[in-house]
Amino acid sequence: MTEAAPNFEGLLREALAPVEPPADLAERLESTLTSITEMAADELEAWELSAMRDPRNWARPAAALLVGTSAGAALVLLRARRRAHGSPASLDGVREAAERAVADLGREARKLLGDR
Amino acid sequence: MSEQASQKPKAQLDKEFSDLYRAHLRDVYSYAYYRVGDHHDAEDLTEQTFLQAYRHFERAQRESDGRPLRPWLIRIAHNLAANLYRDRSRKPVSPIDDTTTLTAMHTTEQLVEGRDELSRVLDGVQQLPDDRREALIMRFALGMDNREIARALGRSDGATKVLIHRAIKQLEEIVHD
Repeated sequence: MTEAAPNFEGLLREALAPVEPPADLAERLESTLTSITEMAADELEAWELSAMRDPRNWARPAAALLVGTSAGAALVLLRARRRAHGSPASLDGVREAAERAVADLGREARKLLGDR
Repeated sequence: MSEQASQKPKAQLDKEFSDLYRAHLRDVYSYAYYRVGDHHDAEDLTEQTFLQAYRHFERAQRESDGRPLRPWLIRIAHNLAANLYRDRSRKPVSPIDDTTTLTAMHTTEQLVEGRDELSRVLDGVQQLPDDRREALIMRFALGMDNREIARALGRSDGATKVLIHRAIKQLEEIVHD
């Protein structure tokens, strides 16, 4: 059914060739994911080792959540820096990037909070 | 099955997620790039896709029944892209930066002969309705088969086959008009 025009499909395949992601995207994303997994795991592990019945230790999940949120914050700040770097070096640009970063941070925090 | 998956240690899950990320970074980025039309938004979309995928990875593994997770990843990117447009109330504002893509993929002689036609095809893809454009991106940029595309779009295999057929026909008409 879809084989009506093999030449045209070849053309489409050429036009829509896969696009390699920029090397810095791969590095940035990998380091963000590593931060999230390692830091949150450390906190959770420490929490699990502590006495679960002691209400004083119930604050540990909150600490792990904050660590996860921090990783998210690091990501949005990196993004803000990149955006500010890519735009004209004006105060407006920096302010706009900062405002976007705050909005991004709020969104990341809501996602993390809503999921646990 | 689901019992086994739920008992996986976190380190193993993280390792499996890392494998998934490495295997499909290019797929997600390619989809994002052709979907949103510029590298900056494509990078953001790719980052958000993998962060969201990480948060739901364990459940996705449990529910996948051993099927590949690429359609799930692309569906996340698809939903995020839809949100992006809803938030900004806009379609892609710039045409795909085909200079970069075409230069990377073709020799100079091929560029001189085929560049116009390929550019027309890319322009035509941008004119298609969203679902048809997405189906073509998945089929031709990512090499997904009908079943994978159906899962990513939440449609039946039959409906997906028809969708792709119609998308190709419509694109041919646009390009040859």
